Amino acid sequence: MTPFALLVRRDLARAFAHGGAWLPLIFYLLIATLFPFAIGPDAALLAKVGGGVLWTAALLAALLPVERLVRHDVSAGVLDQLAIRGQSEEAVAGAKLAAHWLSFGPPLMAATLPAAALLNLSAATLTRLELSLLLGTPGLAALGLAVAALTASLRGGGALIGLLMLPLAVPLLIFGASPGTAALKLLAATSLLFVAGTPFVAGAAMRAGRT
Amino acid sequence: MTHLVFEQVSCERGDRLLFEDLSLKLLRGDAMLVTGANGVGKSSLLRLAAGLLAPAAGRIIREGRIALAAETVALDEDLSLFAALAFWARLDGRNDEAIAAALAAMGLSALAEVPVRLLSTGQRRRATIARVMASGAPIWLLDEPASGLDAPSIDALTAAMAGHLAGGGLILAASHQPLGIAMRELAL
Repeated sequence: MTPFALLVRRDLARAFAHGGAWLPLIFYLLIATLFPFAIGPDAALLAKVGGGVLWTAALLAALLPVERLVRHDVSAGVLDQLAIRGQSEEAVAGAKLAAHWLSFGPPLMAATLPAAALLNLSAATLTRLELSLLLGTPGLAALGLAVAALTASLRGGGALIGLLMLPLAVPLLIFGASPGTAALKLLAATSLLFVAGTPFVAGAAMRAGRT
Repeated sequence: MTHLVFEQVSCERGDRLLFEDLSLKLLRGDAMLVTGANGVGKSSLLRLAAGLLAPAAGRIIREGRIALAAETVALDEDLSLFAALAFWARLDGRNDEAIAAALAAMGLSALAEVPVRLLSTGQRRRATIARVMASGAPIWLLDEPASGLDAPSIDALTAAMAGHLAGGGLILAASHQPLGIAMRELAL
C-alpha cells in the first residue's frame, strides 16, 4: 500500500470511529426536518425552497467534522512523525482531503434521499440537488480541511471555524442552489479551485504550526 | 553511512536564543546524552536533529532514516496497540514481525490487543519506544525515554539501546536520569 493510501485509510477509519462521521448526517436530516415545522406544511412552498434549504443544511453539517480533522494530529504528534518520515505536508493534506470527502460527501448524498422526501421535492429537483452536491461537496470538504489546518494550533480555534468557513462557502451555496447549467459549471469551477488550493494552504498551515 | 552532524548550530525559539555555536558528530554506534535544566533546549535540539525545526544558524547533516520518541505517543487512541504501531510500521515498510519483536522487547506483548487509550503513562512511554524500535531507522532521537518507567522497563530500554548501538545505529537522547549505558554527555 502506498503512503497516500495508508493515510487515507487511517483517516477514514478515524472518521467512522465512534460514529463521528454519522453526526453531520443526523444534523443534516435534523435541519431538513426543522424547516417544514418552521415554514408550515405548505407542500408547494417546501418543494420550491427545498433545494436551497438542503444546501444550507449541507453547509452547516460540513462545519461539524472540521474541528477533529487536524487538531488532534497536531497535539498527538502524528504530523511530526509524518514529517520525519519525509511525507510532504501537501501530500498529507491531499490524503486528508480525500478521506474527509469520502466520509462526508457520499453519505450526505445518500441522506439527501430521505431529506428530499421530507421536503416534498420533485424527482427533477432531487436529481439536480444530487448533482450539485456531487460537484459541491468536494469544495466544502476542501474548505473545511483548509480551515481545520489554519485553526489547528490556535487556542480556542474551534470557535473561529464557523466564522472563517461560512463566508468562504457562500459561492458554493449560491451556485449549488441556483438553477441552470451555468450555475453548475460555476459550482464545479469553484469546487475545483478549493480542491486544488487546499493541499497547499493546509500544507503550509501545518508546516507553520510546527515551529 | 549513518551519521548525524551539527555544525555550529544556533537555536532560537520565539526570539529567545536557546543555544548557539553547537557542534557535534555522531557516527555508527555512537550515543550521546543531552543533559541540562528544564527549558534549556534539549527537546528543541532533538527537534532540530529530526528536521522538525530549522536552525537559526549553522548546518545539520543527517544520513539515514530517523525515528523520534517525543513526549507525544503519536498512536491512534481507538486502535489496538498492535494496529496503531502497524500504521507507522507500514509507512516505514516494516512487517508484523518487527512490531511483535519491538512489543516483546518492551514487555508489551500481552497488551498488543488493548486499545491505546487504556494504556497507562508508563505503558504509553514503552509503546513510544516500541514504535521507534519497530521503525528500523538507524538514527534514534529519544526525548526523556525513561520518564515514568519502572526499573524493569528502564532495563528493557537500556537493552534496546545497547542492541541498537551494537547493530550499527546511533542514539541522541535527552534525559534527566541515567540510561544505564555509556554515552557521551553534552550539557546544555
